[in-house]
Amino acid sequence: MATLSSSSPPGGLVQRVNGALRRVPIWPVYLLGALPPFWWLYLGLTGGLGVEPIEELEHRLGLLALQTFVGVLAVRPLRDLLGVNLLRFRRALGVLVFYYVACHLLVWLVLDVQILGQIWQDIVKRPYITVGMASFLMLVPLAATSNNLSVRRLGPLRWRRLHLLTYPAAVLGALHFVMLRKGWQFEPLIYLAIVLILLALRLRRRA
Amino acid sequence: MAGRWKNDLNWSDVTPEAAYLSRRSLMRGAGALAMATAASPALASLGAAPSAYSTDAEPNTWEEITSYNNFYEFGTGKEDPAQNAGQLTTDPWAVTIDGLVDKPGAYDFADIMSGVALEERIYRLRCVEAWSMVVPWVGFELADLLIRAGVQPGAKYIAFETLYRPEEMPGQRFPILEWPYVEGLRLDEAMHPLTILATGLYDRPMPNQNGAPLRLVVPWKYGFKSIKSIVRITATAEEPPTSWNRSAPHEYGFYANVNPTVDHPRWSQATERRIGGGLFSRRQETLMFNGYGDAVASLYDGMDLAQKF
Repeated sequence: MATLSSSSPPGGLVQRVNGALRRVPIWPVYLLGALPPFWWLYLGLTGGLGVEPIEELEHRLGLLALQTFVGVLAVRPLRDLLGVNLLRFRRALGVLVFYYVACHLLVWLVLDVQILGQIWQDIVKRPYITVGMASFLMLVPLAATSNNLSVRRLGPLRWRRLHLLTYPAAVLGALHFVMLRKGWQFEPLIYLAIVLILLALRLRRRA
Repeated sequence: MAGRWKNDLNWSDVTPEAAYLSRRSLMRGAGALAMATAASPALASLGAAPSAYSTDAEPNTWEEITSYNNFYEFGTGKEDPAQNAGQLTTDPWAVTIDGLVDKPGAYDFADIMSGVALEERIYRLRCVEAWSMVVPWVGFELADLLIRAGVQPGAKYIAFETLYRPEEMPGQRFPILEWPYVEGLRLDEAMHPLTILATGLYDRPMPNQNGAPLRLVVPWKYGFKSIKSIVRITATAEEPPTSWNRSAPHEYGFYANVNPTVDHPRWSQATERRIGGGLFSRRQETLMFNGYGDAVASLYDGMDLAQKF
């Protein structure tokens, strides 16, 4: 039986990969994706996150959010360039990004800063926090409309337009990482570069 | 004389230095294992005398002090120095003392150590990143060494330089900062009795990740002023360049005195988190001059500390 999405030679590796992927259910992505914050919280409570567990937990959650975000952005180019189709999993990955960012924010609010007065000051006064907060706020409507009902209510055009917010949110998230490190460090710059490349690939497609 | 203790050891009982040193490097190699048992008897007790300058705050554990470090020569992660500093050769070690001094030269580490009285100084350490520790340093006053070197009247500042050896310091292979790391103090800050050159902690030789074999400790300034693994000390007439100031002048000043009222552009300095409190550790207020104001505030009389941060 012919597949509609096949753009690669019949019987090719890509097609077999896509065939296998189609049989993978989506719910395990949610289930496995939900675990890391709990696992790290447990480690933090039992001394498994080193001598400064608050910072370690905060950073691990932030980094996992950014890595998952890169995964979300890679889905489209992966299909366009290699023919590997992960579109079915993209919503789950996107929801996980929001989940990780929310956990990251919660650790920052509750465990790290602690002082209510300082939280607002930090958001306003510290550019890297302003940028991180802006990224989070952009993700809120995206997470809230990550269901079929919202797609139907908004209509595909408006829904897609709203979800263009993904792009600035990703850039700001990576920028937040670059800005918070002392000096110009490689790791965050690499993430920012990957995000920008993944976005640039979309521009090329449209041109 | 009755009851007087008589030594029945003679020189043939002394362990040859080479054997002793290789044994020490073996022990260092055993690293984490040996260090984890912090309660075990000291490997090589330095016999430092207690000091009135020590705080009576509870020191952080050996594990905390030696596993959470900023020492970018070994990587930017907090655990990188503990992981990568083992390869650093600290013996032989020479320190060049030059500039406006009467007795310039390259001095062997043993030379520098001969004749100094080691003291234990339990100091608060406040990092510019808003965390803190209490560390039982072992060392001697920098003033002792500067007096021996004979600082000339024209000198106004003391400059310091860290070892540059990228083959043993992997972080130096990346241009995160301009290497080698350099720091400096005004002469009166350098001569202050609180300012020490530390050669150990917990009465043991300094672990590499904490700046072996010789590092500066200036307890009323942010931690980055306390330069590690020093190979050069220079007396100068001009304010010397300092690494973080060169890298981000609007974020890190030459003075870098701990000051809760002058925020870092990217975070508040009003509070700090003492390492070791676990996941629910509360922040505490940061004290002016890290609590050493009585001893050092007069050094800055008439200075605008918000401008000279």
